Amino acid sequence: METNEVYEKLKRVFEDGIGEIKTDVPVYPFFFVSADKINAVSLFLRDEESLQFDNLSCLSGMDYDKDNLAVVYHLYSYVHHHKLVVKVVIPKSNPVVKTVSDVWAAADWHEREAYDLVGMTFEGHPDLRRILLSEDWEGHPLRKDYKVPEFYKGMKVPY
Amino acid sequence: MGILNKLDNRVEQFESGNIIITSADKLLNWSRLSSMWQMFFGLACCAIEMMATSASHYDLDRFGIIPRPSPRHVDIILISGTVTLKMATRIKRLWDQMPEPKYCLSMGSCANCGGPYWEHGYNVLKGVDRIIPVDVYVPGCPPRPEALLEGLIKLQERIREQSLAKKQA
Repeated sequence: METNEVYEKLKRVFEDGIGEIKTDVPVYPFFFVSADKINAVSLFLRDEESLQFDNLSCLSGMDYDKDNLAVVYHLYSYVHHHKLVVKVVIPKSNPVVKTVSDVWAAADWHEREAYDLVGMTFEGHPDLRRILLSEDWEGHPLRKDYKVPEFYKGMKVPY
Repeated sequence: MGILNKLDNRVEQFESGNIIITSADKLLNWSRLSSMWQMFFGLACCAIEMMATSASHYDLDRFGIIPRPSPRHVDIILISGTVTLKMATRIKRLWDQMPEPKYCLSMGSCANCGGPYWEHGYNVLKGVDRIIPVDVYVPGCPPRPEALLEGLIKLQERIREQSLAKKQA
């Protein structure tokens, strides 16, 4: 099933929870989903007979623009062999997304990584700790405005 | 005799007895450099090359270099890969647990100076010599087994020159 067909299907069920679709892009077509609906939408995408997106290929955090962060979901169905890209955009002032770790177990560590490096919070995640950096690290290094610290525990960081 | 060749010029052998005379330093250094036990420890892609050097083709065992799983047992630590700041605190701890005399070999560009992460590596230590003293640097990305072997032979040469009897500065 193509992205626009999936989009039409979701739009009928979730109405305002589904944002606009982008097909005229150099990357794979995608559409937006609101932050509080992503969990319900994911469950639908996984369990609906004609969709069955049983595999979360990737979940990425990104610094989207000046005021927003985003989470990107790459999905694949091993039943129907189709794929889908979904984005959730959230404001930097209140970066909270609903977790999908209860829908796809793979999301657990991916969400921890996105939290660690970009700094959005996943509401309902069972164990949202840093996964790569030290527990006492300050800030989220993949933010565009991140400043590398001069020292970490007495060790000089810049070259 | 192989041993006498290695102990080289300061060895005297008597014609008819099983007696050799050499200095204590020479004998101790020869035994130390022939059994440089290594920390069972690898970090990144350099560790793969280190494992290849340990395996049968290059065979570190013939130099008496055996990996040991505890820092209390080892003489040398090979820093084989990228040192992240998170790992740096652990390396310092391992180094402090090693008994003297101890040696450090820094393997590859990352451990030497940060390597490709020198500019944007916010979590990479730009050279392991910022936290522990390094005896031998082996350049490469990663170094081939031959290069690592040369580094270890350089370390042997360094140990051969040292004196345990004389206090070191």
